[in-house]
Amino acid sequence: MNSDKKESTMDKVNRGLAKRYRKERRFRLFGLGAIITSVAFLGLLFVSIAANGWTAFQQTEILLDIHFDAEKFDVDALAAADYGALVKASMRELFPNVKGRQDKRKLYKLASTGASYALQDMVASDTSIIGTTRKVWLPADDEVDMFLKGYIPRDVPESDRRLTDKQVSWIDQLVADGRLEKKFNMTFFTAGDSREPELAGIRGAAVGSLFTLAVTLLLSFPIGVATAVYLEEFAPKNKWTDLIEVNINNLAAVPSIVFGLLGLAVFLNVFGMPRSAPLVGGLVLTLMTLPTIIIASRASLKSVPPSIREAALGVGASKMQAITHHILPLAMPGMMTGTIIGMAQALGETAPLLMIGMVAFIVDVPGSVTDPSTVLPVQIYLWADSPERAFVERTSAAIMVLLAFLISMNAFAVFMRRKFERRW
Amino acid sequence: MFKKKVFITAAALFAVAATSNVQAASGRDYISIVGSSTVYPFATTVAEQFGKTTKFKTPKIESTGSGGGMKLFCAGAGIETPDITNASRRIKFSEYEKCQSNGVKEIIEVKIGYDGIVIANSKKAGRIDLNKKDIFLALAKDVPNPKGGETLVANPYKTWKDVNPALPDTKIEVLGPPPTSGTRDAFVELAMEGGCKKIGWIKALKKKDKKHFKAVCHTVREDGAYIEAGENDNLIVQKLQANPDAFGIFGYSYLDQNSDKIQGALVGGEAPTFDNIAAGKYPVSRPLFFYVKKSHMGVVPGMAEYLGEFSSEKAWGAEGYLADKGLIPMPEAERKQYVDAIKTAKNLVLTKK
Repeated sequence: MNSDKKESTMDKVNRGLAKRYRKERRFRLFGLGAIITSVAFLGLLFVSIAANGWTAFQQTEILLDIHFDAEKFDVDALAAADYGALVKASMRELFPNVKGRQDKRKLYKLASTGASYALQDMVASDTSIIGTTRKVWLPADDEVDMFLKGYIPRDVPESDRRLTDKQVSWIDQLVADGRLEKKFNMTFFTAGDSREPELAGIRGAAVGSLFTLAVTLLLSFPIGVATAVYLEEFAPKNKWTDLIEVNINNLAAVPSIVFGLLGLAVFLNVFGMPRSAPLVGGLVLTLMTLPTIIIASRASLKSVPPSIREAALGVGASKMQAITHHILPLAMPGMMTGTIIGMAQALGETAPLLMIGMVAFIVDVPGSVTDPSTVLPVQIYLWADSPERAFVERTSAAIMVLLAFLISMNAFAVFMRRKFERRW
Repeated sequence: MFKKKVFITAAALFAVAATSNVQAASGRDYISIVGSSTVYPFATTVAEQFGKTTKFKTPKIESTGSGGGMKLFCAGAGIETPDITNASRRIKFSEYEKCQSNGVKEIIEVKIGYDGIVIANSKKAGRIDLNKKDIFLALAKDVPNPKGGETLVANPYKTWKDVNPALPDTKIEVLGPPPTSGTRDAFVELAMEGGCKKIGWIKALKKKDKKHFKAVCHTVREDGAYIEAGENDNLIVQKLQANPDAFGIFGYSYLDQNSDKIQGALVGGEAPTFDNIAAGKYPVSRPLFFYVKKSHMGVVPGMAEYLGEFSSEKAWGAEGYLADKGLIPMPEAERKQYVDAIKTAKNLVLTKK
């Protein structure tokens, strides 16, 4: 057609080719740049959290020779014995030169208040140690811990740190004697919350998270899948189903605190369920994750090719058989991915739990879904707000634990998808 | 198959919900405490000590803020409501009335000690000496016209030097708590109103038009010189380190923990130290309280023992473990007064002022 013109189409194309290539390269670079930026920020986040938090996995302990004097114990009332006095006596023995009430008080402060609880547990589990002298590693105070980890500076005036010069000299002597060592911090994984950083652990929050998520999963998965199947396979297309669909999509974008308010009004005030219980937390988070699961499940039902459905119906399967035998198994990986992503979202949620009283100080590790408990992100929030400096590293350590949970859940979602995914 | 599963899980969950209902109705075996985030570190320390040394369960403590705690506490006398609420200010008359009308007739008031509110900055900068009037002039929304006369103008001061020639020539930049915070209430009342009263004609206003007086003295400027930094005081401490020109407002315990990095400004010539606050010399300090629902005493196990632990010398005494956490103890006579209030379960009666 344009053969009579001087310039052919190919010429035109060739002329602009270099520019088009440039544009394409630029486009690719933008994409790459976006990824590099986000990876860099993620890396920065991980590095700063890990740098702040890795020290929390170690805790300073102090080696004391404890005399379990038989006369100090009443076999019938072991809990009534003064375990604090045992700790104090052995510290006095280490530093016989320390005189005066004030100085002694400062000396005793080097050991944690948790030391006496540890001794109490020792005696309770094995009464035969009464009457003997044992070398025991006991938790040191958080100030000592912070000092050894380098968070409390040595070269500032005495008034600018919470440890006095005398205490520093005692610490130096204990370190020289090999009586003060950093050990793996088991307490962090076995204890509930505490106001003493050296005694605080995340077990209570982790178990609370587990209970809450179990309730959420048990409710939201079946309800979500059933809703998706009905809407996708059975529901007639009319104004009502349109309305429902719009509402589900809307709910997915509602701020989570709103679900908390709903939970407070309905579950606590109308049904009279207990405050701060994982059961209620799970119910509230169910409301929050349901839309995510329904939307993901519907998408994965839609992606099952119609030929499968038609073939099943064609060989005489009923509609229900076609769905339960063929469509659901094929859609299941996608549904599970959606569910796990919804669960991961629920795991990191604090706002709705604030309203139902799960932002609380709870020492005892919960034993059931109705016991008061808290969850991991709430624990992080509470620690981040604590004045004691040792909670800074514990906050970061708790964040690491939460991230580990999230990464493993998401990795599991990817694994499930890879394993069961079918391509046509 | 699927529907069956749904039914079974639903049924199981309803069963669980039903039993928990029964449990909630038949009583609670732990103390439920709500209230101020300022009292939280102290109450939790006592609760933990109590849980570990007695046969009772450790109380559950929610950090809801003073106002939120009062609301929950006064919601009713039922066992599902909290037993104790912590407050970083005294109960208001309106809250007391609400309690009364909801059936919470008898309340025991216990003061636990004092908390100093400090104005701190980074150690990299110099320490400043403020008086209350400086604080008011630097932070109020409207201030008296610097040219004289009894009129108010929008706060024109940009640097501390503008406020008071003795102060350094740095921009006024103060990080402090938001209006929902009890710390903010106390700061405004003690520091700003205190400075406000130093100005003769505004002080005279108090008698004529109390509402207007309050509006003048209690309104914090909103032009960026006062930055609401949220409830997280650790965050303020970090920001102060990063910006040596900025000041922060928070409770004494955060200064105590970070004394190698930040310093408290002198107010009226007094430094915010433990001894000065305890002696009542440092002017910006406030009492902390908790309120006990009398009808729950004896119903919820361990209430009397918890109060006993809190009011023991080893807890709130001059050398008790709460002092280590940053609580400023009451003088001995006052401690004794509140020990008696607990022992006799003294009923709080408020009358409208």
